[in-house]
Amino acid sequence: MQISEVVNLKEGTLCYHCGDICKSLDIQSGAKIFCCTGCKTVYEILHENNMCRYYDLDETPGISQKKLDSALSSRYSYLDDPNIIRQLINFTDGNISICNFVIPQVHCLSCIWLLEKLHKLNKGIIHSEINFLQKNLNIKFKPSEVSLREIVELLVSVGYEPQISLNDIENKVKYHSNKSLYYKIGVAGFCFGNIMLLSFPEYLAPIGSLEYSFKQFFGLLNLLLGAPVLFYSAIDYFKSAWSGIKQRSINIDFPIVLGLVVLFARSAFEIITNTGVGFIDSMTGLIFFLLIGKIFQSKTYDALNFDRNYKSYFPISVTVKNKDGETSIPVSNLENGNRILIRNNELIPADAILFNGIADIDYSFVTGESIPVRKVAGEIIYAGGRQCGSVIELEVLRTVSQSYLTQLWNKDAFIKKDEDKFNSIVNIVGKYFTGVILLVAAAAFMYWYPTSLRTAINAFTAVLIIACPCGIALTSPFALGNAIRILGRYKFYAKNTGVIERLSKIDTIVFDKTGTITQTGEANVTFNGSIFNNYELKLVKSLVRNSTHPLSGRIYDAIDTKEFFEVKSYKELSGKGIEAFIDGVNIKLGSALFAADNNKVLLNKGKNISKPDTRVFLSINGSIKGFFAINNIYRTGLDDMTSALKENYELIVTSGDNDGEKENLTKYFGNSNRILFNQSPQDKLEYVKKLQGSGNKVLMIGDGLNDAGALKQSDVGIAISEDITNFSPACDAIFDASEFSNLNKIIGFAKTTKKIIIISFIISIIYNIIGVTMAFQSEISPLLAAILMPASSITVVLFTVLSTNLMARKEGL
Amino acid sequence: MSVIVILIFFSVLVAGGFLLAFLWAVRSGQYEDKYTPSVRILFDNDEEKKK
Repeated sequence: MQISEVVNLKEGTLCYHCGDICKSLDIQSGAKIFCCTGCKTVYEILHENNMCRYYDLDETPGISQKKLDSALSSRYSYLDDPNIIRQLINFTDGNISICNFVIPQVHCLSCIWLLEKLHKLNKGIIHSEINFLQKNLNIKFKPSEVSLREIVELLVSVGYEPQISLNDIENKVKYHSNKSLYYKIGVAGFCFGNIMLLSFPEYLAPIGSLEYSFKQFFGLLNLLLGAPVLFYSAIDYFKSAWSGIKQRSINIDFPIVLGLVVLFARSAFEIITNTGVGFIDSMTGLIFFLLIGKIFQSKTYDALNFDRNYKSYFPISVTVKNKDGETSIPVSNLENGNRILIRNNELIPADAILFNGIADIDYSFVTGESIPVRKVAGEIIYAGGRQCGSVIELEVLRTVSQSYLTQLWNKDAFIKKDEDKFNSIVNIVGKYFTGVILLVAAAAFMYWYPTSLRTAINAFTAVLIIACPCGIALTSPFALGNAIRILGRYKFYAKNTGVIERLSKIDTIVFDKTGTITQTGEANVTFNGSIFNNYELKLVKSLVRNSTHPLSGRIYDAIDTKEFFEVKSYKELSGKGIEAFIDGVNIKLGSALFAADNNKVLLNKGKNISKPDTRVFLSINGSIKGFFAINNIYRTGLDDMTSALKENYELIVTSGDNDGEKENLTKYFGNSNRILFNQSPQDKLEYVKKLQGSGNKVLMIGDGLNDAGALKQSDVGIAISEDITNFSPACDAIFDASEFSNLNKIIGFAKTTKKIIIISFIISIIYNIIGVTMAFQSEISPLLAAILMPASSITVVLFTVLSTNLMARKEGL
Repeated sequence: MSVIVILIFFSVLVAGGFLLAFLWAVRSGQYEDKYTPSVRILFDNDEEKKK
């Protein structure tokens, strides 16, 4: 018999607040139906304040309140600590304070509307403004009338819980601003436009017809306008070329800078000596185009954070028990020997010894194993675990920065080398390109030297000018920048363009299991055993309602009934199971041993099948009825995806779990030698390293802190996330789980993009060969330069953008 | 023909004015959030007017 996941009473009854399916029609307020009391509360707050317009702007704009803890009262008490307030507030003069919060839930018009109307909910708030793309809320308030804690609690009460973590406190919310790039483009655009205007007479008038005085006047004006473009707008190219030389490597910026400097020097010489008009127009145009390429390439996903380390996961404060009672202190101030209290669902911030209480630690953050581990007093609990159940008291063993997890994080291997810059395809081409160009220029010089020194210098500079690899330099920004945008539409958010390029070299793919190829938080619950009626279903549901154990929760979700019986003499035995008397019936749920009451005969009956899944046994009045089998659900489309990927890549699975799923996984991944179980975060990291050691380019796909090491070590680390605004570990790209089955297309597209880049290089080099041949033979005219250089740039830009779009469509993206 | 010199002087001056306006716009943060203001302007203020 199969118990289906969700069978709702009236299909199509959606929560007025968040749009989730309502499991019952009980929760109502003013003829509106809600899925949970949380959503109802938010509605009532807004209704009271006459702010129901929130619901008109977008349909069901609210954030589901189901997952939130109701026991919030003391959760934000740390915000009363003056030290923490000082760190969170950006500015204060005593009367007015300003603070910033990141609010990941922001998603629609209604969110903007509500969050900018906070002053109507609390008079102490003067003004609030949201940056939608960065999901950053800026609040101006009067600290005398409203405390920071009240503001945060207000935000939570309307469903927008700000994200406050240790990391934010230590290095404030930072803005990625490319203001200086905009300044540079502005200056370059202004100068370029004016220079073109002043150069036009030269293009149109037959040589020599322009009045002598104007010619020099226009030239000098050009020179004057060109100088800021070269020395201000193009400064980053100089810096980059110089840092390349310092590292004894020549990057693509070197020939660009060489070309620009020669252009400017020769133009200045011609204009000042009044022997020509120079090529300032080409130079400024080139710089202007290069900067536009830079803007195009700098597409970033502001709201996403790719550099989260352990600090982002940790709470800011922790409750410490001392002689005076309980106080809340910042986590970073924890010292060895402190007694801390951890409540249900709180994260353990430091390695500690369990002192008091029963600990059920969910290590899914660290290991990926989602079933809590039972710990008894005296045992060490490592940082990163989450307590499920009652309050526990711990004694801190090591401070936060010394903890096991933190130590792992600080390993040298995790500091990713900045290889991108020097190994990218464009810089490899640039290195050879520079050599060839210098040789050709030298050859031109030697060839003309016998004729005259002047002609030789002219030919030499002409070669360097015309060969300036603008086309090559523009290829990558436009091809990769466009690729990032296309992939973004398929919910693959790359950190930068370098990621796309590295993705194209991948030959090995390592998957994490839990949460990556299986769906997080969802399980397939089936019941195996003797007939099971509706009455017994109700009994079981009444029983599991009392337990906080995640397995109980899953069984609870799987049973569809709304009636409950009164539960008497409920007992929860650690590591064994739960039992109670319900409606006069003794009902037990738990391990086989527990449910069978140690009765060997019954036990054998229940045990006769091999154990590939997690099982919870049920006994009613002393007889085993059967068991609930709880299986992972694999993501939809996994089958197609792995069979497509298998052909071209080596696929590996590493899992922190036991080998219960081995058979299932072999079905998807084939070779069972490539499926590793019981892998610690360290093992995963070492495994990726080993693969790289044997020359493989590794793509790691994971979802939690337990994969963070491997994600960083790998050539490309992709974090899978059900909700991209949620926490995800440091990675190169964030990939929305709903598009997971498109992974092969995404890697395929990265490879196509690389091919497009190479073709574009060839086009650009053909232009260069034509130009250089002309330059070698005789002098180049400014008009020729002014046509040839932009023409090559525009061809390259059009080709890359159009072909990436075309190929994306062709590959089904 | 030397009137051209004066014309060019003014044209550069006017264009320079636009350049300064652009630099000011960047500096005052108008390029930092290119989305939210477009939404904000569509919210009507009738609730405030009632007061």
